[in-house]
Amino acid sequence: MTHATATLDQMRPPVPAEPGLPIYNNKLGMWVFLASEVMFFTGLIGAYVILRFGAPGEWAKPNVVLNVPLTGINTFILICSSVSMVKAFAAISAGDRKGLSRWLLATILLGATFVSVQGVEYWKLVHEGFTPAGFTAGSHITELVAQGKLSDVTGGLYGSTFFTMTGFHGFHVTCGVICLIYVWLKSLRGGYTQQDYRGVEVIGLYWHFVDLVWIILFTIVYLI
Amino acid sequence: MSWWLPLKASTFAGEIDGLFTAVLIITGIAFVVVEFGLVWFSLKYRSRPGRAAYYTHGNTKAEIIWTAIPAVTVVALGLISNHYWKQMKGRDSVPADSYPIGVHAKQFEWQYTYPGPDGKLGTTDDYTIRNQLHVPVNRNVVVILTSEDVIHSFFVPVFRVKQDAVPGLTIRAWFNATVPGEYELGCAELCGMGHYKMRTRVTVHTQVDFDAWVKTQAQGGSE
Amino acid sequence: MSSLAAAAPRAPTHHDDRTFVQKYIFSTDHKIIGIQFLFLSLLFLFLGGVLAMQIRWQLGFPGQPMPGGGILPETMAPGGVILPEYYIQLVTMHGTFMVFFAIMPLLVGVFANFLIPLKIGAHDMAFPRINMASFWTAFLAGAVMFASFFVPNGAARAGWTMYAPLSARPDLSGADYGQICWCISIVLLGLSSILGSLNYITTIINLRAPGMTWFRMPLSVWCLFVTAILGLLALPVLSGAAIMLLFDQTLGTHFFDPGAGGQVLLWQHLFWFFGHPEVYILILPGMGMVSDIIANGSRKPIFGYHSMVFAIVGIGFLGWIVWGHHMFMSGMNPTLGSTFMVTTMIIAVPSAIKVFNWMGTMWRGNLHFHVPMLNAVGFVAMFVIGGLSGVFMAATPIDMHIHDTYFIVAHLHYVLFGGSLFALFAGITYWFPKMFGKMMNEPIGKIHFWLTMLFFNLVFFPMHILGMAGHMRRIYDPTQYEWLKGYQPMNHFITLAAFALFATQFLFIWNFVWSLFKGRKAEQNPWRDNGLEWTLPNPAPHGNWEKVPTVYRGPYEYSLPGAPDDWYPQSSKLPNDREPAPAPAPAH
Repeated sequence: MTHATATLDQMRPPVPAEPGLPIYNNKLGMWVFLASEVMFFTGLIGAYVILRFGAPGEWAKPNVVLNVPLTGINTFILICSSVSMVKAFAAISAGDRKGLSRWLLATILLGATFVSVQGVEYWKLVHEGFTPAGFTAGSHITELVAQGKLSDVTGGLYGSTFFTMTGFHGFHVTCGVICLIYVWLKSLRGGYTQQDYRGVEVIGLYWHFVDLVWIILFTIVYLI
Repeated sequence: MSWWLPLKASTFAGEIDGLFTAVLIITGIAFVVVEFGLVWFSLKYRSRPGRAAYYTHGNTKAEIIWTAIPAVTVVALGLISNHYWKQMKGRDSVPADSYPIGVHAKQFEWQYTYPGPDGKLGTTDDYTIRNQLHVPVNRNVVVILTSEDVIHSFFVPVFRVKQDAVPGLTIRAWFNATVPGEYELGCAELCGMGHYKMRTRVTVHTQVDFDAWVKTQAQGGSE
Repeated sequence: MSSLAAAAPRAPTHHDDRTFVQKYIFSTDHKIIGIQFLFLSLLFLFLGGVLAMQIRWQLGFPGQPMPGGGILPETMAPGGVILPEYYIQLVTMHGTFMVFFAIMPLLVGVFANFLIPLKIGAHDMAFPRINMASFWTAFLAGAVMFASFFVPNGAARAGWTMYAPLSARPDLSGADYGQICWCISIVLLGLSSILGSLNYITTIINLRAPGMTWFRMPLSVWCLFVTAILGLLALPVLSGAAIMLLFDQTLGTHFFDPGAGGQVLLWQHLFWFFGHPEVYILILPGMGMVSDIIANGSRKPIFGYHSMVFAIVGIGFLGWIVWGHHMFMSGMNPTLGSTFMVTTMIIAVPSAIKVFNWMGTMWRGNLHFHVPMLNAVGFVAMFVIGGLSGVFMAATPIDMHIHDTYFIVAHLHYVLFGGSLFALFAGITYWFPKMFGKMMNEPIGKIHFWLTMLFFNLVFFPMHILGMAGHMRRIYDPTQYEWLKGYQPMNHFITLAAFALFATQFLFIWNFVWSLFKGRKAEQNPWRDNGLEWTLPNPAPHGNWEKVPTVYRGPYEYSLPGAPDDWYPQSSKLPNDREPAPAPAPAH
């Protein structure tokens, strides 16, 4: 990676400047942007933690309502997309433009799969009676409540927090996929070279962040 | 129309007003120093032909002094305030012998539930009156605040007592009224269109009058 | 003088072949974007004032038909008489317009955009197109917020602080579409702010000219830097909260619904976690500009530059841990009341340091009271009152009496109007020549300052008295209360003073507009200031410098002994000055 870092040092703007940080503007900008994203998700996740642990009744066990195994596989898919993103970055840093495009495409497909699976999961949940507003009367979910497998007291809160957190994460993944498509198309036109592949690194940072947020969300929503 | 704080009608009022006066004196001194200083400097150092400014980047000693003095002052203020805060609002501040009154706030009225002759809330001799708060003088009273709909705030200026009533929470606030008379309460948290008229007539009775009033109410007396 | 003038770097002379739309509408030039923010936010400042006049009408002349009120709909003000439902929209939107669409964009959108590249010696921001997006997103947010008056049932009605559950329940507040507009507008504004912040932060870190070290940056830039970090980290929390509120209202979620296990206080914690850093966003840039202007007007270096920097950073840091002081009476755990009181008391200290340092700068100076200097000193005089009144409410037992009364209204207007707005009058006048190449009229500026100072105090100082009496906030008709009836003459007086204050602002508006077209042509450095921006012609050209300047000293080298004049530009090289060390070569 030393070679790659040295190459990136030369991506500083050519005008003379007081040494700021030894990272180029686009990368610094992305880190700064990610700091705001951390605060956004902290607000949502913080609210979830407060609501869950201050809830008046028992919080639902995730596997009663949610399909944990399927989402587990989906998580694996998203992690794979981070791996393919790393491979894309490694490819262009070694000058392999075709490899870059191939690995970017893999990342896009894996990311799109993640979003689609999540979309299907949402549809199924709503169909079964689990909505952002709570449990729909007369639905499969309320049968579970009647059978004592699920507490209704916190159902509304559970739906509110689940859909908001995972929904905004899914929105961020979707935005990431759109940006990746732009980067992929640019890579096909030869827009990135071994001397300058800043855009790849920057979108890679965003993508890894989105993956990290998901790992946290998956843990606290699906596993705990 | 008074230019100062209202009549002191509770045990809190003396302490709060005393603290207010202390803060006023401290901030007043700071105010005079700064404003006088600004005016004096503006006049004394105004530009005149041949005048040159004194080139300096600062004086560390002066800075240490004018950092330390405010810091010590505010910390001291904080400690003193906290002492009273714990007495008035702390977790265990409500005196055990407090006379309980249930206060249920809703758009746009206050419902007061009195414990009746047995002095206990939640028994059959309780009675509820709208928009009238009656308390005996020199007795600890605890209001148990609930809200029907949105946030309201229980505020009696002469008692210097204020506490938000929050839907979903039951909040206790205590006070001890010291001057018999008729006063007013206002809602101190925007609660909708009728926020401006969510008032209560507050009556502080002597103990004798209060007992008589309770008896009348318990017998189904008029509101 | 000639040696200094010769050292000024030349402005670019290349042919600028952008179209009108590219130059002035969808411009990526930070200066134009700053000016766009200026016009947008001055408009909202005016509209916010119009809303305030209506509030004061109702308080001064309760139940009487308002002149011109005939144009309002019958559902809001039949026959021009303001109804309670309209009154609480006025109160809500006055706060919302002023905080989010006037003061914040005026201080940050205008001056961060306009000043940062100029003062650090950069051609433009790090991300000019994102900068453009930041303005147009703010414009859209403003349009949505303005439109909320015209949707069915009018604008939001739960105060600018939007406490749930009132804000989440149209059946309880009476506002439905207006509330939705508020939430959407706030989310858009948050995005605009974040896009702006990431530009300001990246630009200040990475695009400073050679020799512009951190401790040679003007304090205005330091303040804007810390403000940008506050905005970057606080606005997302507000956006999250606004989204939750929007979902509670439209999707039926239960974040703030106690009936379904939600928590009412969650809104307050989220809002004020954002809200307190927000008030520092609303004051810090003003403090920074005032520092630059007072040093200039005093012809002296800033007293204690390093402590000023530490105070700025200290305020920025401490601002995150005081939010609970807005919630002392909320029903939160009283122990939190104690901890937040301590942190709140401590945050008074860096502000005190700044006030004393400004006075130290004036001490033994050679004071030139040009209009910016008048307004800057006025800022110090008024901000100190606002800051000191804050000590009362920081002491929690006192807060029990004055919370949600006019004492708080007095405090916030002393810091936001007496503070930020005076700083803005100073800053707009000071940098007007750089923006438009003309000077604003000096005599009118002075009259405007003195009249504003007079009427401002007549309006807001008595509010301390009202608050001490227990006069609550957001009350449509104080005469409903026996104990407040006696204060009606004071309310009446405040209203008349408020009308005079508003009328006085037309002097500023006229001065501003007239000077745009007919103002005296400005010389290059009318204030004889050391900043890099004054080495450029007025107005500054696209791209700023052809070649970025080199910086040899700090920004406040006024009245240096032995110098030919009482100012020394940062980029003028003297025979003894060394070139800054070159950027280190890449490690390889």
